[in-house]
Formats: sequence, structure tokens, C-alpha cells
Amino acid sequence: MIRKFPLRLHSALTFAGLVVALYMIFLYAPEEMTMGEVQRIFYIHVPAAWVSLMGFSIIFVASIVYLWKRAQFADELAHATAEVGFIFCTCVLVTGPLWAKPAWGIWWTWDPRLTLTFLLWLLYVAYLMLRSYLVNPGRAANLCAVVGIIGFVDVLIDYMAIRWWRTQHPQPVILGGPGSGLDPRMLATLLVSLGTFTLLFFLLVRIRLGLAGLRRELSEIRRTLAFRTSED
Amino acid sequence: MNSLTIIWSIVLKDLRVEWRNRETLASMCVFGLLIIFLFNFAFETAREETLRLLPAVLWVAIAFAGVLGFNRSFASERENSCLEGMTLAPVDPSMIFVGKMLANLLFLGIAEVVMAFAATLWFNFSFLPALGQLLLIAFFGTLGYAALGTIFGAIAANTRMREVMLTVLQFPVAFWILMLSIDSTSSAMRGDPGGNWVGGVARVAGISVVFTVASFLLFEYVLEE
Repeated sequence: MIRKFPLRLHSALTFAGLVVALYMIFLYAPEEMTMGEVQRIFYIHVPAAWVSLMGFSIIFVASIVYLWKRAQFADELAHATAEVGFIFCTCVLVTGPLWAKPAWGIWWTWDPRLTLTFLLWLLYVAYLMLRSYLVNPGRAANLCAVVGIIGFVDVLIDYMAIRWWRTQHPQPVILGGPGSGLDPRMLATLLVSLGTFTLLFFLLVRIRLGLAGLRRELSEIRRTLAFRTSED
Repeated sequence: MNSLTIIWSIVLKDLRVEWRNRETLASMCVFGLLIIFLFNFAFETAREETLRLLPAVLWVAIAFAGVLGFNRSFASERENSCLEGMTLAPVDPSMIFVGKMLANLLFLGIAEVVMAFAATLWFNFSFLPALGQLLLIAFFGTLGYAALGTIFGAIAANTRMREVMLTVLQFPVAFWILMLSIDSTSSAMRGDPGGNWVGGVARVAGISVVFTVASFLLFEYVLEE
């Protein structure tokens, strides 16, 4: 499936998407009535949140596949996704307060949804730290897969916990029931931005996967060389 | 050997080791007491404030004391290569998990009793009116926390800087166990009539059971070479 969608085409589409999304965010989408210009952060914040949540779901699935089938690709995919997902999650935590200060008057509040995002970020940090602190790399894949699965269980519980508390975070605007809804131009901008972020996310993951493949090859070459010199 | 014998012999082994050196339990209790002692001086509380602060203080002390214990639990097994011995034995790895978890649960439980006793004296507060409810909350909260501590302790024992690694792994995942335990402890201590604390206990129990089952199922992959 990946061969049918060459990397160059993927990059070109992502680049085009980014240009179109930027045009739509800053020129096409109308100014919001109450929040003004600052509302435009929404078109970056929401897609980044979407991909960072999706990132941890991919880690979860890849971890299960790894423990089940022992496919090295699944382990590399989980690692690549964690690195890229961490960047996007950081982006959510940076754009959120930038929007909240003018809109709510405060940078941060311990609202359940903000807490969820922060916990997700901590999970990414824990996962990446574990990867880099493991003494025996042979067990890394197993141990990280276990953390990837328990971490996602935690994310699901966070989702339930949100329903037990009131939230200050804006309610869903697209399918939020009567009274909600976006200007069609805003909706179009959001959808284009969502699509572009998803493309960008997978592009970065693919590049990172390519790097993992090269590293694997390099270590194999080194091993062969070391073997040959020891034979001589 | 049936599974109960295996679990019991692991728990007994941990108790015996602890009885000989008294390292883990002593450090857990002293550390927990120090936290409660410091908080007591940080906020000089009236009764209403005690009700508001004490649940959080107690659970923070439990959380930190727990991390100390969980770190020792698998680090000592690795130092003396005992873990290899246990994995080589023809037993189900999940039984090793249950044994280690029960030992951790027991140690943390003893530390909790000591801390609760100190809190009674220092905060002038009696737990007796809601003792049954508080015991239930403490049991379920500690169960989930100990299950996560056991599996993450085993994972962290494989890393450099294992003390840091355990904390980094444990707290984001155990967050809601602690949060909900604090919440329902608070409502039990206030003597909320009827339904309120029941829902709280149900949530703590639900989350703890989910994490315990997940850790139980995944533990064999942690031991695998």
C-alpha cells in the first residue's frame, strides 16, 4: 500500500496542503465575532490535538501487533509515531495557552480536557524516556509495547473521567447538537487543516521509519565487518 | 505446584527478606511520615481546612512511599539475579506478578496504617466515624496503584536511572487512581450521606480493577528475554 503512494507524491501533497491551509486560515476564513483574530489558532490547535491523540492510538495498535506477531516493523512504527506525536502534542500545549490568555484571561486551568492533554504529553515523554534509558536494547521492543498498551488504557480512562467533571474547554462545535455549528467557510478551513495535519503527520512518520531502516542496515553492515575482521 | 502455593511462596519470600533487613518498609514509613509532618507545618489548619487538605496529603504520602517500595521490589531481584531464577522456574509468569503485587500491597498497606495513625495524632482528626468506607477506598486505591507499581517497577529495573524512570512511568498512568481516591476519601471523611461516596468507591474500584487486569495480562512480556 505504501509503494502505491510514493514519498515524493506524499511530500508534494503535504506541501500543497500546507500552502492552501495557510491561505485559508489567514485570508479565507472570516474573523470570529467574539474572539477576533486570536480564534485562528483554533485551525492549528484542533488538528494538532487530533493527530497527537491518533498518534497514541497508533502506538497502541502497533504495540499489540508487535507482542502478537513479533514484527519488527510494528516496533519501529510505534517508536516513530511516538517521536512525531510528541512534537504535535507539544504544539497543542503551546497553542492552547496562547489562545486561552486572550479568550479566558488565564494561561492555564486544571480543566479535565487540559489535564488529559497534559497527561498524554507526559505519557509520550515517559515512552520516549524509556526508549532511551533501556540498558538491553533486545528487550526494548517488549517493554515499550507494554507501556504503549497500558498508556493507551490510561488515555481511554481519561476520556471517561472527562465526563465526570464539568469542563471549561469549548464544547465540540461541529457535531455538538442544536445551537452549535460553524460558518461554512470556517468549517472548510478546519477540514482542510485537519487533512493537511494528518498528511504531515504520516509524512514525518514515514521519514522517521526510513531512518530506522537505514540504522538497522548500518548496524548489520557493522556487525558483518566486525565478524570479518575477527576472522582475519 | 498449584498457583496459590506459588503466589504464597513468593509473598513469603518477600516478607522473609524484609524481615531480615527491614529496609523497604522502614524507608516507606519514615518517608511517608516525613511528608505528613512537613505538610502539617506548611499549612496550619483549622478543622474545615483539615477536611479539605488531609485526603490529598495522605494520598501524596502514600504515592511517594509506594514509589520507594516498588523500586526496591524488582531492583533487589535483579541485583542478585533472583529474577532469572524465578523466570527459569516452571511457573506461569503471571503468578510471579500476583505474588510480587501482593507483597507490595501488603507493605504499602502497613505503611498506610502507620501514616493514618500519625495523621490522627498530628491533625487531631479521627478516622473512626467513616472507617469502613475509608478502608474500602484505601484497599481499591492501593490495589490499582500497587499493580501499576509492580509492572512498572519490573520495567524500570531494566533501565539506567531506574528511580527516575519508575516515577515518570507511574504518575501519569496512576493519576486518576490517586485523583479519584482523594475525591472519595474526601467525601467519606466529610460524612456525605449515602450515595456520594458509594459512586466514588465504585469508580476507584473500577479503574483499579482495569489496571490490575491489564498489568496481569501484560506481565509475561516484561519478563520475556
